[in-house]
Amino acid sequence: MFSRDRWQEIFETIRKNKLRTVLSGFTVALGIFIFIVLFGFGNGLKNSFKQFFLDDATNTLFVYPGRTSKPYRGFKANRRIEFENSDLKDIKENFKFFVEDITPRINRSARVRYKGESDNYSSRAVAPAHQISEKPIIMKGRFINEDDVANKTKNVVIGRLVANDLFKNEDPIGKYLEMGTSAFKVVGVFQDQSGDREERLIYLPYTTRQLLEKNNDKVNSIIVSFRPELGYATALVFEKQLRLFLKNKKDIDPRDNNGIRIRNVADQIRQNQQFASVLQIIVAFVGIGTLIAGIIGISNIMVFVVKERTKELGIRKALGATPKSVIAMVLQESIFITAVSGIIGMMAGIALLSNMGDRLEQFFIIDPYVDNLTAFIATILLIIFGAIAGYIPAKRAAGIKPIVALRDE
Amino acid sequence: MIHISNLHKSYKMGDTSLHVLKGIDLQVQEGELVAIMGSSGSGKSTLLNILGMLDLADEGEYRLDDVLIKDLTETTAANYRNQFLGFVFQSFNLINYKNALENVALPLYYQGLGRKIRQQKAIEYLDKVGLKEWATHLPSELSGGQKQRVAIARALASEPKVLLADEPTGALDSKTSNEVMGLIQQINNEGKTILVVTHELDIAHMCKRIITLKDGVIVEDQKVEQVIAEVHV
Repeated sequence: MFSRDRWQEIFETIRKNKLRTVLSGFTVALGIFIFIVLFGFGNGLKNSFKQFFLDDATNTLFVYPGRTSKPYRGFKANRRIEFENSDLKDIKENFKFFVEDITPRINRSARVRYKGESDNYSSRAVAPAHQISEKPIIMKGRFINEDDVANKTKNVVIGRLVANDLFKNEDPIGKYLEMGTSAFKVVGVFQDQSGDREERLIYLPYTTRQLLEKNNDKVNSIIVSFRPELGYATALVFEKQLRLFLKNKKDIDPRDNNGIRIRNVADQIRQNQQFASVLQIIVAFVGIGTLIAGIIGISNIMVFVVKERTKELGIRKALGATPKSVIAMVLQESIFITAVSGIIGMMAGIALLSNMGDRLEQFFIIDPYVDNLTAFIATILLIIFGAIAGYIPAKRAAGIKPIVALRDE
Repeated sequence: MIHISNLHKSYKMGDTSLHVLKGIDLQVQEGELVAIMGSSGSGKSTLLNILGMLDLADEGEYRLDDVLIKDLTETTAANYRNQFLGFVFQSFNLINYKNALENVALPLYYQGLGRKIRQQKAIEYLDKVGLKEWATHLPSELSGGQKQRVAIARALASEPKVLLADEPTGALDSKTSNEVMGLIQQINNEGKTILVVTHELDIAHMCKRIITLKDGVIVEDQKVEQVIAEVHV
């Protein structure tokens, strides 16, 4: 296999049969190149899917108050349920085992001004834990912290687009903007991958909002994040117990489904992940398809090459080449060509993908990539099948009597 | 050198089988130059192919240099061909992408000789057939006579016991035919056993013995006065 003489013989054959070499090499290189690029694009598609749907925390329950639909414990039906600060405390204390963190949310909309600029924005009054559930990414400054909540400070964290609109090129940190009738100090700017709507939000401490609204203790909704290690099943148990607990506390009939609404992100995430895995299967399908096409391509070329060489192989046999040496020669040549061109095709594909980056974002392809193992395995597969495809006709050619091969004009 | 007795060979053609060789007995001594003559279909090429181990006989005994050639596997046949036999074909059968030198060196490669010795021997034999200056030319750049001389050099390079030539002048004009036959005679005079298949009487008479085949049997076997090929310049 590693005899220097045989390699010399093979290199000579390769050098002197450029068309054949280029033809089979090109097929292999193209096959692996297309595989890498398509597979990479598939992964890019998955990336953008992830970015659209999977960026929020998955271990989150959104709890909303509703209106009762059944009378219970002396209360009439159609009563509006409200959450207040004590609910936060109670949930935290009663579900210590499950709860990682908890935050209220109070949504308001107000006209916001800075210098000459003004626009309407939504604001969310929250606790620091909100950063865990919505995952805003802090670009500058900081998020709302415990001090803000405890001291009811007039600090706000604004979205990237708010900063762009109101502050233009100015650094918003430390500046004061006017929201409603009060002035707030900007302490942070965030971005959010969920989209523009999120980046037009203004966050402030919920205690501050309550203070501004006659020092009440009402909250719009509650977001509970549970320990991620609990898993999906336990999350469902937690959701059920939490619902029962709140219904009891708020005097809602346990059979009444309208008093409390809980949205479990884990549930949604699971559906999205299923969709993602379907996408993965499609990507794999495309990959395998191209690979098979590539293998068929090489097989054709190999059959052609051996056919073309039948007479030469017959001459070699008449001069004393054993069948084994004929097969070995054809195989070694084909493996060498497929290996070299396969690696070239692989490199070219990877190079193209890594230069692509976000250029195809408008086609929902972000950061296309192929992991090295997949690329490597695909190349090896192509080489192996190229060898098998070469072996079968080579064996046949080696088995033909030299006299038959020589007659073949 | 060659001992054949009761050699039979038939080819299957669909349902019918064609009996080509019907019991050939033949002895060839070392240093002979034998012409095998016969019209087409007489079985002369089949006989040569069996002698050359390119084909197998159905029946009969074949001894080459006291080695019984029987039940050959492809691998041993290849080794015997490489050690014992040199071939010259009507259509030259040079490998078209290899130059003259590389073509001559090829059987030496299959003998497992080192690259330097191969080159050296190949040059030596090319020189013998007068084509040393053409060593780096491809077959497509050579005339028919030159191609056949390269083929003869290739057949001689492995130093075979027997040289088998199948219509060596079949594709050549009479002038180059004479040159090639002159070369064959010269090699024979140096002691090499040579068998030439031909259907041309004048070529046959340049050998020392003529065996005539007809319908698969030897009908005539006679020693002849050798006509020396005149090499015109």
